[in-house]
Amino acid sequence: MISVLRTSPRPGGTGPSWRFNWVGRIGLAMILFWAVVAIFAPMIAPYPIGEIADWDYFGPMSGQFWLGSDYLGRDVLSRILVGSRYTVGISLAAVFAACAGGVILGMVAAVMGGLFDTLLSRLLDAFNGIPSLLFGLVVVAAVGSSIPVLVLTLAAIYLPGAYRFARALSVNVNAMDFVTVARARGERTPYLIFREIFPNILGPVLADLGVRFVFIVLLLSGLSFLGLGVQPPNADWGALVRENIEGLSLGAPAVIFPCIAIATLTISVNMFIDNLPKKIRDRSE
Amino acid sequence: MTQQPLVSVRGLRIGAVTDAGRKVEIIKGLDFDIHPGEIVALIGESGSGKTTTALSLMGHCRPGCAITGGSIRVGRHDVATMSESARAHLRGTEVSYVPQSAAAAFNPSKRIMEQVIEITDIHGLMPQAEAEKKAVGLFRALALPDPETIGTRYPHQVSGGQLQRLAAAMALIGDPELVIFDEPTTALDVTTQIEVLRAFKSVMAAGRIAGVYVSHDLAVVAQVADRIIVLKGGEIQEEGGTDDILHRPAHPYTKALLAAFEPVPHVPAARGKAPDEAPILQVEHLFAGYGAVRKGEPDVKILKDVTFRIERGKNLGVIGESGSGKSTLARAVAGILPAYRGAMKFDGAELRPDLQSRSKDQLRRCQMVFQLADTALNPAQSIEAILSRPLAFYHGLSGRAKAARVAELLDMVHLPAAMRHRLPGELSGGQKQRINLARALAAEPELILCDEITSALDTVVAAAILDLLKELQTELGLSYMFISHDLSTVEAICDEVLVMLKGEVVEQLPAARMAADAQHPYSRLLISSVPQLDTGWLAGLDRTG
Amino acid sequence: MLRSLTFYILIAQRLGIAAVTLVIVSFAVFFATELLPGDVAQVLLGQAATDEAVAGLRQAMGLDQPAIWRFLGWMGGLATGDFGMSYVSNMPVAELIADRLANSLRLAAVTTAISVPLALALGIGAAMWQGSLFDRIVSILTISVISVPEFMVATLAVLVFAVWLGWLPALSYGAETGSIGAMLKAYAMPVITLGFVVSAQMIRMTRAAVIETINTPYVEMALLKGASRRRMVLGHALPNALGPIANAVALSLSYLVGGVIIVETIFNYPGVAKLMVDAVSTRDLPLIQSCAMIFCVSYLLLITIADLTAILSNPRLRR
Repeated sequence: MISVLRTSPRPGGTGPSWRFNWVGRIGLAMILFWAVVAIFAPMIAPYPIGEIADWDYFGPMSGQFWLGSDYLGRDVLSRILVGSRYTVGISLAAVFAACAGGVILGMVAAVMGGLFDTLLSRLLDAFNGIPSLLFGLVVVAAVGSSIPVLVLTLAAIYLPGAYRFARALSVNVNAMDFVTVARARGERTPYLIFREIFPNILGPVLADLGVRFVFIVLLLSGLSFLGLGVQPPNADWGALVRENIEGLSLGAPAVIFPCIAIATLTISVNMFIDNLPKKIRDRSE
Repeated sequence: MTQQPLVSVRGLRIGAVTDAGRKVEIIKGLDFDIHPGEIVALIGESGSGKTTTALSLMGHCRPGCAITGGSIRVGRHDVATMSESARAHLRGTEVSYVPQSAAAAFNPSKRIMEQVIEITDIHGLMPQAEAEKKAVGLFRALALPDPETIGTRYPHQVSGGQLQRLAAAMALIGDPELVIFDEPTTALDVTTQIEVLRAFKSVMAAGRIAGVYVSHDLAVVAQVADRIIVLKGGEIQEEGGTDDILHRPAHPYTKALLAAFEPVPHVPAARGKAPDEAPILQVEHLFAGYGAVRKGEPDVKILKDVTFRIERGKNLGVIGESGSGKSTLARAVAGILPAYRGAMKFDGAELRPDLQSRSKDQLRRCQMVFQLADTALNPAQSIEAILSRPLAFYHGLSGRAKAARVAELLDMVHLPAAMRHRLPGELSGGQKQRINLARALAAEPELILCDEITSALDTVVAAAILDLLKELQTELGLSYMFISHDLSTVEAICDEVLVMLKGEVVEQLPAARMAADAQHPYSRLLISSVPQLDTGWLAGLDRTG
Repeated sequence: MLRSLTFYILIAQRLGIAAVTLVIVSFAVFFATELLPGDVAQVLLGQAATDEAVAGLRQAMGLDQPAIWRFLGWMGGLATGDFGMSYVSNMPVAELIADRLANSLRLAAVTTAISVPLALALGIGAAMWQGSLFDRIVSILTISVISVPEFMVATLAVLVFAVWLGWLPALSYGAETGSIGAMLKAYAMPVITLGFVVSAQMIRMTRAAVIETINTPYVEMALLKGASRRRMVLGHALPNALGPIANAVALSLSYLVGGVIIVETIFNYPGVAKLMVDAVSTRDLPLIQSCAMIFCVSYLLLITIADLTAILSNPRLRR
């Protein structure tokens, strides 16, 4: 199933060759597909999302309604296409905020060490001691749900994890001799962080960003499923499942396809991350 | 010998799959025999296939490798074509294995005795009580302390040298006909190595057991082997009796290996010295250590009262075994690990203990080169970026001047200018160490601290680096502080030598007369423990020691 | 067995960290539920209330005191079992929670009893026959379960067991007093769903822990002594993987906390989580606080157990 593809311009030469297997390629293709859908959703949706187009509710898949109709008789395909904007958009914004904050704090803590590192690590570890869905519940209960609140909450929930990960990597790099060499040369902290450490943790940090993106999509869907995420009349994929949960005992497509949409996104991100293109050096000497 | 050989290997080929999924042959058709009771050494540098060959005698290949051709007859069996379960019957009873690092090869959560006698349990050789009695006998034969009780300890509770001997006991418990020793003393200090070698030699001789001894160290092999097979690139270069190989090598590669062993006398740099010239480095009563600082002293004190000086243009060697504090000394001088007491002067001016309070110029004039070239170069920066930074940082160079200087530096360390576009990962170990040196030279230093810079390199490559160091010294008038555990390396490049033990300097000697002048018992032990390229050396020690 | 001093220091350190974390977590919960929403008295009485009525209620509830005193008072209440009064039903929170907590604990206990042995067997098996068909099937299944939301596992379980096969009721927590069969049916769906979510994590972590120890030189040494694959894995790798595995079990069980919220909601199971989700929709803050603290404490407990087992199982700390 896993075939190896070499895309080396000069086999046997000094140029890097890359290995990117089919599993990873399929993952990347699916991610790109959902990205395009999220950007162009209003243009490709066959029906306006609020329009009650079908006389029947929980209608089956048909030529007119590819993915059936929902509990009010609205077109499920259109609602999923537009819902991708909320699921993908909110999750992306949250994951970038969480990782940017976490990585910068993590690198600074690793290079500075001492009391700053200890206090920051303790505090953020304590926040890791709150189950994530619960954190979301409590915040939403306190301040109500809106898109900015969701982005900030999701970012706050996953920042400690991103910090912990980046700090652990940075501590390892920081202990390497080349950082010691730079330090002995008289270099200052910003140089150490951005020139010596950051390029060497970038790969794992990007992979971590993907993993965290999946977590955030799952958590956001979970919150919306509980009715605490994206609020009507807007709906992300989790909210679509909630709206149509009555149709579950009928096996309605309206409840199955939003689930499939979530699964295709999260599984394809996982597939891509586990099979990132690898730069390979042919070590035969 | 006219009797049937114990082991016959014919046309052995072992293949491996590279990262790119390409198949390569790492063993390219070997033929050799081992007779009963004979010890054969497989010698070669890293990547020569010596360990792979030795493990194949047990039918074992590391993941990614496979036997692709040829036959391996051990006793009555052809190991190459046997099933895995049939091989399991052979392992431990007919062929057994002594690993390079016994510390890693012992299961940390089980007591030593249980692991030593495990072979008898796996193969149902004898009752447990009998096996334990036999093990204690072996412990005694291997000169282990407390043979009756050492088996009740956990592996982390005994020393590295003892573990290595316990691993030999583990290999011998099933009365094998052939024992494979995989670099069993490489990780040990020289003074420990001697005891372990002696123990191995006596049990093997007593039991008339055949052995395969894998090593990169000719001098060690000279002590234990009857015959030597020289490997390179998966092929046999030369094969012969130990004396023949040592004294009458035929193959150019064997000659190069032996040449790297020849002591090259160090010719002190001849230069006029101004009468009032200050030493380049002067260290007085230096104390340093690690850990939390309480009352101005750290928890773990390493260096104690170290005093020495390095004259301009001279080289100082620092020798000692692991844990002697020699690397800590280099770090304290470089300011990476600030000393907590004592004074240092660089070219007559005070050198503060920590990096922050040293001037940029002081930092520039004293550079450090690290042992592991792999970790000393940022894998994400090109060679050009690595060499450019000190040029910009210390000398404010930019643009064309900087590029020209990078090319000049590469030329100084005998590397092609085109290499500046490469990443460190694409270079060999020797090339990386040259880049490391070039980066230090970019600062235009006066003193270079070399921390075991040849230890991780193969003998021939290390010799070339030493030649380069000497050449640079004559061109640039440098001084080196050269830290090493290897006496012959220090002898080849240094004028004076400090002998360190447990963080203290026990003696300072002229390098050329180390063997003759050493007074301190530890220096004498250290010097006498270095294996010589002479088959009678270990036996000779037995008589005098 | 005697233990070294470092060992006791590490244990004490870990417990200290847990205590500090508990304080920080409590403060976070208190801050979110008492200070973030603004004026609780106003919220309770609605926009139409007169200023005097709001001020009166504020004083009656002690909201005019400084936040730190209210926090300490609240902590003291929690410690003595006084969880306050529900805004909505005007009943003591402790009373509302008591039954529900028993239900949730029962659900968690049944899930743990089923999923831990199953997950360990599958995880160790997958590691032992690494690369086999069995291993690959287990890996694909676990990564699929981890990649999808808990409610989707639940929906799938309903579709398969209730809609297509018709073995189990879809969305009911029926009369528990009925026959054993009825009780089993009532528990089956929530337990299956939770079990999938928790086991998937546990299998992956167990497999990884065992494989990491299989790739050590001492297991290769066992191979070269003639040991069978079984002996290598069970005799040499497993004893050294016990720490990481126990750690994995405790960490995976902490997923119960998140999973239970979704599962109780979707199956209408009368546990603490369902109570809390309902309280969120009615903004019943005292009830939310107490439920949140129950979840945080159990989560913290599991994480701390995970850390302690990692310390306990380190052979280097044995004497």
